[in-house]
Amino acid sequence: MKYITLLFSGIIFGIGLVLSGMTNPLKVQNFLDLFGLWDPSLAFVMGGAIFVALPGFWLVQKQKKPFFSKEFDLPKRKDLDFRLIFGAGVFGIGWGIGGLCPGPALTSLTFFDFGIYIFVISMIMGMLIAKKI
Amino acid sequence: METEFTPITSLAGGALIGLSAVMLMASHGKIAGISGIVSRILPPAIQKESIPFGIIFILGLLLAVPIWNLFFVEIERQAVSDNYFILGIAGLLVGFGSSYGNGCTSGHGVCGLSRGSTRSIIATVTFMFTGFLTVYILRNTLGL
Repeated sequence: MKYITLLFSGIIFGIGLVLSGMTNPLKVQNFLDLFGLWDPSLAFVMGGAIFVALPGFWLVQKQKKPFFSKEFDLPKRKDLDFRLIFGAGVFGIGWGIGGLCPGPALTSLTFFDFGIYIFVISMIMGMLIAKKI
Repeated sequence: METEFTPITSLAGGALIGLSAVMLMASHGKIAGISGIVSRILPPAIQKESIPFGIIFILGLLLAVPIWNLFFVEIERQAVSDNYFILGIAGLLVGFGSSYGNGCTSGHGVCGLSRGSTRSIIATVTFMFTGFLTVYILRNTLGL
């Protein structure tokens, strides 16, 4: 049951990405093209997600513990550091160039076009480099 | 090229993403941050349990498109570039940046904002800003 819930969370997340338009790189890039061919759709994706997750998290965290594990595993840091800002900045540049972020990139693997494999392999290499330094 | 403004499907898709994040929090107590989930299954893995957790969640992501295709019409998609070098650079920056900054659109953008995390708000503003700037330069200065 533990793993079934996990698998379903992944499937629902992926279907959400597809339905919302996040797996269409051109749509993502147009969202970022504020002064050009702006497509505001992706603001609605974030709005829809937060609309559900904000009250959802609030309710869930009133529980003593999650169903299948001993405790909530949440980030506790509050400080701002160089890694956070620099990392987010670099991520945004790559997001703008390719129109893909990690979730949509992985979900798009099963569209089976060659470019996405190049993207995902490079993304994994980037993550390995970041973990080393 | 223009894309169609799709407020309804985008809102509905977003709601599903939010639902998945709440499911993951309620069941496993974890943040649905994709870069973190992937990063934690890569060596060196610090927590052993993160590996099966990550693999099963990613398997779910990979099943989404095949399941979608069974029930619905094919999805409109258009790659931004067919230049593999550019896609490789983009992938490298996305992987490095999201792992180095501990989060991407899902972890900081959706989950972090929903939890009211200051770090995530700053991260989201930062990657949105560099994303806007990048597309502006690509399209207006370099004419791509």
